[in-house]
This record gives sequence, C-alpha cells and structure tokens, in this order.
Amino acid sequence: MSNLLEVHKVVKQYGDYVALNEVSLNVPKGSIYGLLGPNGAGKTSLIRIINQITMPDSGEVILDGEKLQPKHVQTIGYLPEERGLYSSMKVGEQCLYLAQMKGLSKAEAKKQLDYWFDRLGIQGWWNKKIQELSKGMAQKIQFVVCVLHKPKLLIFDEPFSGFDPVNANVIKDEILALKEQGSTIIFSTHRMESVEELCDHIALIHKSNKLIEGKVGDVKRQFKTNSFEVGILTNNVEGLMYDITQKFTVSPANFKSLNDDLKLNIQIGNAAPNELLNVLTQRGQVTHFVEKIPSVNDIFIQTVTENKV
Amino acid sequence: MSIISLIIKREFIAKVRNKSFVVMTFLSPLLFVAIAVFIGYLSTMKAETKRIAIHDETGFFAADFLKENKKGAEFKYLNLSEIDVKALKDSITKENFSGLIVIPKTNKTKDLESKIEFISNNSPSISFIEGTQKIIGTKITKLNLEEAKLDTLKIQKAQSEVNIHLVKASGEESLKGLNEIKIAIGGAFGYLIMMFIIIYGNMVMRSVIEEKTNRIVEIIISSVKPFQLMIGKIVGTSLAGILQFIIWAIIGLGLMFAASTFFGVNVGPTARISPELMQSAQHEFSGTAQMYITELWNLPIASIIIGFVIYFIGGYFLYSSFYAAIGAAVDNQTDSQQFLLPILMPLILSVYIGFFTVVNDPHGTVAVVFSMIPLTSPIVMLMRIPFGVPWWQIAISVSLLFAAFFLVVWFAAKIYRVGILMYGKKPTWKELYKWLKY
Repeated sequence: MSNLLEVHKVVKQYGDYVALNEVSLNVPKGSIYGLLGPNGAGKTSLIRIINQITMPDSGEVILDGEKLQPKHVQTIGYLPEERGLYSSMKVGEQCLYLAQMKGLSKAEAKKQLDYWFDRLGIQGWWNKKIQELSKGMAQKIQFVVCVLHKPKLLIFDEPFSGFDPVNANVIKDEILALKEQGSTIIFSTHRMESVEELCDHIALIHKSNKLIEGKVGDVKRQFKTNSFEVGILTNNVEGLMYDITQKFTVSPANFKSLNDDLKLNIQIGNAAPNELLNVLTQRGQVTHFVEKIPSVNDIFIQTVTENKV
Repeated sequence: MSIISLIIKREFIAKVRNKSFVVMTFLSPLLFVAIAVFIGYLSTMKAETKRIAIHDETGFFAADFLKENKKGAEFKYLNLSEIDVKALKDSITKENFSGLIVIPKTNKTKDLESKIEFISNNSPSISFIEGTQKIIGTKITKLNLEEAKLDTLKIQKAQSEVNIHLVKASGEESLKGLNEIKIAIGGAFGYLIMMFIIIYGNMVMRSVIEEKTNRIVEIIISSVKPFQLMIGKIVGTSLAGILQFIIWAIIGLGLMFAASTFFGVNVGPTARISPELMQSAQHEFSGTAQMYITELWNLPIASIIIGFVIYFIGGYFLYSSFYAAIGAAVDNQTDSQQFLLPILMPLILSVYIGFFTVVNDPHGTVAVVFSMIPLTSPIVMLMRIPFGVPWWQIAISVSLLFAAFFLVVWFAAKIYRVGILMYGKKPTWKELYKWLKY
C-alpha cells in the first residue's frame, strides 16, 4: 500500500459547468504532494470532495485502502484557503472544541495543545479571544487546529498566505517536521518557489482536467529540453561557433560569471553531453557547464499557456 | 451523539457568556417591573372630572343625569336648561365644558329617539355615548310605559332571569365559567409558547449564520455533518433561552413581590379593586370558590403540564428549525427579514384558531385538524387539552410535530451544505437520496 490517497475518475458538475472532469490522482504515503493549477482550475472542488464537504457526481476516493466515508474526517486535517475562527471565543477553548470535534478526548486535546503552543511559542494566548489577535496570529492558531489531531493526511490550501517571512519559515519547518513524522501532505498553492522547496510530487490541474502528475524529478525530466548553459574562454570564436552549429542548436545566454567569457545556450537534442564537452574542450577553456533544468514555475506557465484553448 | 452534545455545550456557553445576553437577562425584568409599577401608579391616580352641560327642554331627563353625579365619578353633569342653546354652544370652550347634551322639546317622546344631540369640540368616547344613550333610553322606555298606562312595577316583576345549572351525567354539579378558566389556562400556555418562539427564534438564526460570518464554515463542515450542527445549535440555543426565561420568571416574581410590599402599590389586575369590594366578594363567593377549586383539581392537570412541556419543546424546536433553515439560506441577517413573515403567520393563525374556534367547539373538525397540523398544533392542542382530548389524538399530533421538526432540520442541513457553495446543480431525486445518505 504505497498510496495514502487515490482519486479515481472524479467528476463534479455545478449546473452546466464541469468543475472536475474525470480527475485521478495518486498521493503516495509520506509525500508532500503539490496540487497546482491556475485560479478556477478545480483544486478547491477536489479538496472539498476529499474533505467530504461535497460529494463527487461520479468516481470514487480511496483513503488508506478504504472508500472515503464519514469516519475519515478524523484522519484528515484541513487548512482552508478561507481562514476563520469563532471570533468571540477564547483561543484555548476554541482549539479544544475543534479538536474534540475531530474525535480527540479532552485530556488528549489539552496535551496536544500544550505541546503545540509550546512549540510555536504562543502559550500566553490561551485566554485571548480571536478578535484580539492579529491576522497572522490567528493563522498560527488555525495551523495548530489543523494538525492537532495528528491526521494521516494534511491538506493545506495556500498555507503561507498572511504570514510574514519569519513565520512562513516557521510553518514551513513545521510542515517538513510533520512529513518526517510520517504525515502525508497535500499542498495547494500558487507560490511556485515553495513548491520547489517542499514538494516531492506534483499534479497540475487546469480547466477541470489533470494535465501533469508525478515525482518532481520525473516531471522535470519530462519537460527538460536537453539544453546546457556554457561559458568558454576562446581565441577563435568563429571556429568554435562553426564546430558547434554543425551538430547543435545555439543561442546566446545570459548568466553571471567572473570571467569575460563567451556565454551560450546549447541544445544537444539526443546527443550525449560528453559530445558537446569534447567539441568545447578542443576550442578553449570551459568555465561554466550546467544542464538547464526547467523550474516548476516554467512548467506551470508553459503547460497553462499551451492549453489555453 | 457525543459530537452533538459537544456542539450543544459550545452553543449554550457561547450564548450565556455573551455580554448582551447577560445584560438582557438582568435588565429586562427590571424594565418590566418598572413599567408595571408605573402603570400601577397611573391607575391609582384619579382621572380629571369632565364637566358635561345638559340643556333639557323636556325637563324629563336632567334629574336622571344629576343622579349620576357622585364623588370621584368621571363626569359631572350640570343642568343648564335655562340658558339659551346658542349661548351654551358658544361658551363650551370658554366655560371648559367637555360637551353639551341638547334634548329638544318634541310632540311625541318617540320623536326624541333621533333628535338628541351631543355637541363637543373633541369626539367623545364610545363608553360615554353608550352610557348617555342608556340613561336617556331607560327614561324614554319608562315614559312610554307610563303613557301606555302600564304598571311598571308589574312589568318589572314579570321579567325573569334564567339561570341554568350545569350538571354532569355523573351527577355532580358543574360550574359555569369553568370553560373560561380552561381557555385561560390553555391560552396562557399557548401565548407563552408564541412569545418564546418570537423572542428566541432569531437567536437560533443568528447562531446558524455565525459560522458563515466568521468564515469557519469549511472547517466545521469538514468535521461534522450539517444535520448534527443544526440540531446542536437549536438545542444549545434553546437551553440558553430557557435558562434566561427561568431567570426572568424568578427575578420578575421577586421584584413584583418586593415592589408591592415596599412601595405599597398594587400591581396588576387587583389594582382597581378596593379592599371592601374584595372582602365582600370573598364573602359572597367563598362557597362557590370552594367548588371552583375542586373543579380545577379535577382538570387533567397532569396531562396539561406534560402536554405543555412536550408541546413547548416540540413547538419551539419546529419553529427554530425554520429559523435555522433561513439562517442556512442567507449570508447575513439583513437578508433574512423577508423570510420571517411566513414563519410568524401560522403562529398568529393558531392563536386566533385557539381563541375563536376552540372556545366554541373544542372537539369540532377545525379544532381537531389544526391540533394535528405541526405548525399550529403546539398552541391549538394545548388549548384543547384542558377540555379533555383522547390520548391517540395527542399521540398522532406529537409524532407529527417531532417528525416535522426532524424533516425541517434535515432540510435546513441540506440548504446549509449547498449554500456554502453558493451555486448548485438542481438536485434530482437520485441526488436527494445521495445527500440523505451523506
């Protein structure tokens, strides 16, 4: 059993509008799974189905080998994009209440709360009302509420919005620590740099369809153009250019370097990188040789613009 | 089940801790008592005596009006028959008369019936006109009888007043007026239910909207079913309301007692009855009162009280679930106003049915039917119970009431879930069934 969550051909329709069109996902156990997609792609619809807020019109969701059913709400922690807590309720009582709703006993909830409040350095907030807290502070409480019952599956929808860089880092570290402890995390965001940093699997949903899914490395391999950034010191530029253009496609490159070297982007197609290196070393001193790997951001933009029909 | 009790507990505590709840709980009885004391004080004040001028050209009536002049009476009549009508009319304002009764001279007394005028600057009260008409009417009748040479004394003797004794088939004597008492008991309970619904229904609605305004709805709905949430909210809020009601009753009674002792003001309906009158009344009715009390004890007291508790809870829950459904459908309270009238209509209807139909015919078709329909049964059935209702009717009515309650809550929960998404596919029967299982 390597997948914690499997989504099979889920369809969700609102009136004539198809929000999810036979979307299937496999979320491996212990992974941080980035759910990407432009606004209105259907991410929130899918997350709501996994959280049993709505039901799919067809298709099924399997959690930990079982068909999704009401008891599973206790094994899922959900941080919705739309944040909110009971504004006139005290922090401590509110957390206890929400934890008990997720099936924790009062004593266990208290223990977990003490642990998390201590960990995030917010012990003094117990008797404060939510309306007395700043937005970022309330977000922290919400994060605690989401992870309190030690869910197997955590779903974060834009977890970093509203946090300053310091607190965003704290939360990022907590997410990584949760992964270490064996939680599986679904992570929906528009911030590609955090996807790059955290996720080991990604899926891209666009216009109600899933377009890409896989390990980040595999996806990148799939999208790489076999290009290299090259810096070279040579006296014979014409000769070098002649040699390279015989075999490869060349375009000028732009990267920072200490040397006053020639900077090129070279696409090698199916050839081996060593073939290029051989050509280069015969003509000069190689100072820079890096394979160009597409960033998640590049992949995102490329896929979305290509499918703009 | 434990989740529902968790929600009930939270709702109850949230309501009770609310500042406005605390303030209202302790301020309302004070206000209520203050108003009661004020009214009691007003009723002890004597109304200003109004002066009425009488211009009686016949000379028959003035004496009868002057007989009405007593100390403390509302009107003081002045016989000014000697003064010219025109001069009297002009001097109404100047002499500060409330009005002028003009009785012209006619050939036949019969003609008087339509010739008498009352002249005043302000329109007189209905009771004054009726009183005046009675005085003149009685006198004219007497004059007519004398004119016809009939012996008024004999006529008086000939008149009879029938007093039918109500006897039950079992042989014991029954009392008139008992029906009124039964209606009063049923009506008081019915009114109590209506008041409670009007005061606390809104609280349920606000509580249902709360999650939406606090934007916590997604977290809650990913933890509990909307049905559990609705039930929890209705019950929790009701308990808070009941607590407030009990506190009000206790404080209110205490303050009433204190006010009547310390300020010496008679509060309530006893205010206008003088002690002598009460004493004589007591003396006169002590025998009958005894019978009334035994009669009252013979009423189905147990079923009245049990009925009250069941219908109070059932009726309040049913109406609360409607408020909850409204709360589920709207995003803020201002949007809810238009939905409130349809809720209050059946409530008002049932009070009218109670007072007009049940009074006339407690076991008639209309009364029976409306004591079965869940929306009207809490009030109509409560008013019927003192008259004795077969147990199977109560059983059907109560089952329908609670079935309706769960149905409406279920419905409210569906609205709530779909309402979160704001727009939804039109539900088919298959989907409704799917929702039902969810």
